[in-house]
Amino acid sequence: MCIKKRPLSHSIGELDYDPTHLNLEVYFLPPAISADFNRNRLSVQGNHACALAAVAAGCRFYAGYPITPSSEVAEKMSEELPKVGGIFVQMEDEIASMGAVVGASMGGVKALTATSGPGFSLKQENLGYASMTETPCVIVNVMRGGPSTGMPTRPSQADVMQARWGSHGDHPIIVLTPASVDEIYMETVRAFNLSELLRVPVVLLYDEVIGHLIETIEIREPAELKLLERKWTRAPPEEYLPFAATDDGVPEMARPGDGYRTHTTGLTHGENGFPTQDPEEVDRVMRRLLSKLDRNRTIVESFELLECGDADIVIVAYGITSRAARRAVKLGREHGIKVGLFRPITLWPFPQQPFAEVAALARKVLVPEMNAGQLCLEIERLCSPPSKVSRMNRIDGEAITPIEILERVKALESND
Amino acid sequence: MTEASMHTFEIRDYLRQELMPHFMCPGCGHGIALRALLWAIYELDIDKDRLAIVSGIGCSGRVGAYIDANTMHVTHGRPLAYATGLKLARPDLEVIVITGDGDCLAIGGNHLIHACRRNLNFTCLMLNNEVYGMTGGQVSPTTTVDRFTTTTPLGNHEPGFDSCKLAAAAGAGLVGREITLQVPALKNLIKEGINHPGFAFLEIISDCTEIYGRKNQLGESPEMMLSQKASTRSDVYRNTVDQPFRPNAFETGVLARNDRAEYADNYRKHVEKTMDVLKSGD
Repeated sequence: MCIKKRPLSHSIGELDYDPTHLNLEVYFLPPAISADFNRNRLSVQGNHACALAAVAAGCRFYAGYPITPSSEVAEKMSEELPKVGGIFVQMEDEIASMGAVVGASMGGVKALTATSGPGFSLKQENLGYASMTETPCVIVNVMRGGPSTGMPTRPSQADVMQARWGSHGDHPIIVLTPASVDEIYMETVRAFNLSELLRVPVVLLYDEVIGHLIETIEIREPAELKLLERKWTRAPPEEYLPFAATDDGVPEMARPGDGYRTHTTGLTHGENGFPTQDPEEVDRVMRRLLSKLDRNRTIVESFELLECGDADIVIVAYGITSRAARRAVKLGREHGIKVGLFRPITLWPFPQQPFAEVAALARKVLVPEMNAGQLCLEIERLCSPPSKVSRMNRIDGEAITPIEILERVKALESND
Repeated sequence: MTEASMHTFEIRDYLRQELMPHFMCPGCGHGIALRALLWAIYELDIDKDRLAIVSGIGCSGRVGAYIDANTMHVTHGRPLAYATGLKLARPDLEVIVITGDGDCLAIGGNHLIHACRRNLNFTCLMLNNEVYGMTGGQVSPTTTVDRFTTTTPLGNHEPGFDSCKLAAAAGAGLVGREITLQVPALKNLIKEGINHPGFAFLEIISDCTEIYGRKNQLGESPEMMLSQKASTRSDVYRNTVDQPFRPNAFETGVLARNDRAEYADNYRKHVEKTMDVLKSGD
């Protein structure tokens, strides 16, 4: 599953890193559209690409509620799912949508829902239930401006922290943040793969610009998507423990109807699935639950490096902002500034070790975001000293432009 | 005669005995409701492997775990939403929801009316004990007027829901009510609900002796159940006893049938009919 250095992409650009310096072989890197023009291509908006990818990834259940700017995901799913024998249902509210998705997944069917900020808030309790009961599911959050109703039709990146900490309690969750329409396609597939493999809910977090942008995607052959399925147990029912740790920390799952008759509860439960308050047992099962992502970081973490090898100034950007940053890096290099880009594709868990290696070499780090400063908190935590991190924020519902980033880079360059 | 009906009903065959003793208070009506449900499952000869019990939060929500089946104890108020997803994804499963008056009518009220409207083929048992028992006895949407709870120290001033009228108006395929004193009648009603090819909403009048009964001096469990019996009116007498003689009458038995298309069946037929249009659409 390791993807090494990739060739040119029309939108993603050449990846630039020195594998002898950074041990990046094991990390995911984004696939790119191949140069073979005989491949099946489509020109679609991001939200439609998400739906097409979900169906290609084997998703056969969608429950949702209309909300701008994510409604096109639901619309496309309502069209595509009946063609493949899947079920689309528009539920009475956001909460019910999330509940139905987890319910369908407990039945063994890959399930998706899509929403935006306010709806994402409403889904949080059932998202936490999926995390606690280790039920795979994929949730799309097309970010809009907030708080509250905010600016439904304007872009934002203000749900970075909600995606990580929106549900109460310590809980494992994976957040992926694609930056192009084709990447939405591939990251949607990866979201299902990671969710099934690790039994963790996966949030696909992108901004309104990417969601509504129309770009070319490549429709991959099913074999190229490397679809992963849930670890269904084959243990004898009398020996099976539904929440017992395996080598990778992920318990095997039992499908209802296969003779296991298990209990699933959001209450803190022991290996047998039944509620427990025994401190020793609770400690053990909670640490196992929370360790799943740490133990599997190499397959979860994904990022892209651009011109980071000798970079004095490293920009950390994701989503549409990373595309402005990419341009700013190119312009900066033309001005002779040693500037590079670190683009997290997996936002949570943040690819902290590879970033720390890049950041250690940089003199300054710039974090442009379309929020009042969220990911920069994590970046400051990972940089020494934290003062070398500069924030750059737009909260007016407008995307950050390459020139704006370039100006900040120039200022950082001259401000010695 | 099926194989199951040749033997007598033995509740232990359907319980997870390793979880005993159960957590319910002495005198709680939920255990009787559970017995009636398991008896109905026995008589219908439902395979335990194919049985999925989805329950919410509260005393009612904890009942499901004792059943030796596929049991899902989900979030507060949402068992109908989870069950909708589960039943749509797995039509082969027999899905039964166990919920309570707070779970189903307050926090989950929206899901109830839409489950009734959709008419998907599963059964909802709402155990109505008029109170939030698990959290210590707060007022619920079905608490009788003037009764005391921990959040109505002056007596309840809010009118309650008639959940069966609500479910019938919202279009549930089958609506019924029974009290826990009438176990065979309750078992038969549950069988009727499970057999109905659509959404069945059944209200089971339970009793919370320990918290609600004590606070309102309603007596021990037998007294509470007898007073429930006194305030109900069986469908047998529905048209023969006038309202003035039984001013607080709760009707019992099957209260409504809505002969409507079942959701999943309808969805499949609709898709088949329009598939040609969809496929040529792109």
